Amino acid sequence: MVEIAARLGGLAPTQPRIGGLLIVERNVMVYRRTWMILFSGFFEPLFYLLAFGIGLGAYVGPVTLDGESLDYAVFVAPGLLAVSAMNGAFYDATNVFWKLRYGKVYDAMLSTPVAPKDVAVGETLWAVVRALLYSAAFLTVIGAMGLIESWWGLLALPACFVIGFGFAGAGIAAVTWMRTWKDFEFTTLVMLPLFLFSATFYPITVYPEALQWIVQALPLYHGVSLVRALTTGAVSATQLLNVAYLLLMGFVGTGIAGRRIDRLLLK
Amino acid sequence: MAGDNGQPLIHARGLVKRFGELVAVDAIDFDLQRGEAFGFLGPNGAGKTSTMRMIGCVSPVTEGTLRVFGLDPAHDGVKIRARLGVVPQLDTLDMELTVRENLVIYGRYFGLPRRELGTRADELLEFVELTERANDKVEPLSGGMKRRLTIARSLVNDPEVMLLDEPTTGLDPQARHVVWDRLYRLKRQGVTLLLTTHYMDEAEQLCDRLVVMDKGRIVAEGSPRELIESYSTREVVELRFDDSRPEDFSYWTDGLVSRVESLPDRVLLYTDDGDAASHGLHERGLVPESVLVRRSTLEDVFLHLTGRSLIE
Repeated sequence: MVEIAARLGGLAPTQPRIGGLLIVERNVMVYRRTWMILFSGFFEPLFYLLAFGIGLGAYVGPVTLDGESLDYAVFVAPGLLAVSAMNGAFYDATNVFWKLRYGKVYDAMLSTPVAPKDVAVGETLWAVVRALLYSAAFLTVIGAMGLIESWWGLLALPACFVIGFGFAGAGIAAVTWMRTWKDFEFTTLVMLPLFLFSATFYPITVYPEALQWIVQALPLYHGVSLVRALTTGAVSATQLLNVAYLLLMGFVGTGIAGRRIDRLLLK
Repeated sequence: MAGDNGQPLIHARGLVKRFGELVAVDAIDFDLQRGEAFGFLGPNGAGKTSTMRMIGCVSPVTEGTLRVFGLDPAHDGVKIRARLGVVPQLDTLDMELTVRENLVIYGRYFGLPRRELGTRADELLEFVELTERANDKVEPLSGGMKRRLTIARSLVNDPEVMLLDEPTTGLDPQARHVVWDRLYRLKRQGVTLLLTTHYMDEAEQLCDRLVVMDKGRIVAEGSPRELIESYSTREVVELRFDDSRPEDFSYWTDGLVSRVESLPDRVLLYTDDGDAASHGLHERGLVPESVLVRRSTLEDVFLHLTGRSLIE
């Protein structure tokens, strides 16, 4: 008979310093086998780049940004890079919904020393990792296509980290309010206009002034503005505002997510 | 283990759990000592799971005192959970991982080093006889196997107390006996067990001491034998009738048995000598469709205390 009790001896269970890392560890275990799935999100912005940047761009001609004339592909590529970071982070939130409502993954975790805030931090970190994978791949492609015009472009990947963090935090907080898969139709209603109207495909100056204010309040606008400044080299103090906006969104979102998971599961 | 000083591992006084208007647990008192197997017996909705969740620090206490290892769940939830092994009522296995990975990652949640967890996982799989399924996904496992895996998982941190919420509900009789056997072995190895059940045979097999719960309250406490002695007779005569069921039983049973319990499908006669009672009935001319003499069980205790069956 296996003597199963009292075998760990000196291995007293301890609380991990950053509990969130354990959630990342679990997700790495899951995706170790199905890593191909991670690539799907890389192709979407690539197809848009080919269709709009190269295809449509041939008819559009150069775009004037801050008094400088840019090839349309050079203009649109950073916009799509920001979108790849947003999608990578936000679509991972769909998995959080499944784990929360159906998979009972967090129920199991919370009966161990892992706390709700660890879950929120861990899933946010993981979503950022996923966003960075998409962004790094996309960045390599646009770099190879000669669409990065400045050494500032080296900071585009850290910028995607910030974008990913903002949308991961907000996304995970948002899914805690969803009850069924049908509620995800609302996310399309939010994500699609964000994607289309955040000065991704044309300069914000296209809009009348009142509308410009609204667009400047949108999170993806700040992502696009940040990355575009870096890849084109037109960097200014505005980029600090972009970073601050996205970081705040990430921190507030993660905080809300932790509290919501606590309320939903620890009744 | 240090720091006990004969104090109970779990101590509850006037423990209350409310969900809005609903009172799930209504001021219960109990103590759990190290090394014992203690059970909450009661039907669904008696408040057993709510009690277990409060002890497991995954549900805040509404009112009253609860101490686990002398600590307060409201402040030391993390420290308490590190020392518990939880088998929830519904399996919460990780469907995206394999059988063995489930044990490893669960150990990681306790901050245990990955290196030791490999060996630990293999030992535990052997203990619950799932070694052959180690690299399979969890989903295709049978209910009994999932339950055994959940039990193995709860042992990964070498817990001081195992909390088992309905450990064999939903399993077929054979799978249930395998689970009982494993729990019995753990008990013999000195693991403290706290379990809830609505199966009286489970309570009789595993529990040294138990409380009977009904509608959020504790209605009786003792060992299975003590409870049967206090609240039932030694034997029971079960009568079943076709159409000719008599209206008034006192005419037939007066002086023969100590108590009559009339259920929709059968009549139970409580007596210390079942054979003598059924013989007496026969002499008086009562002819039921079937007569069964059996020993009293906790089911009879529950029926006597609440007027209802455990499984409805």
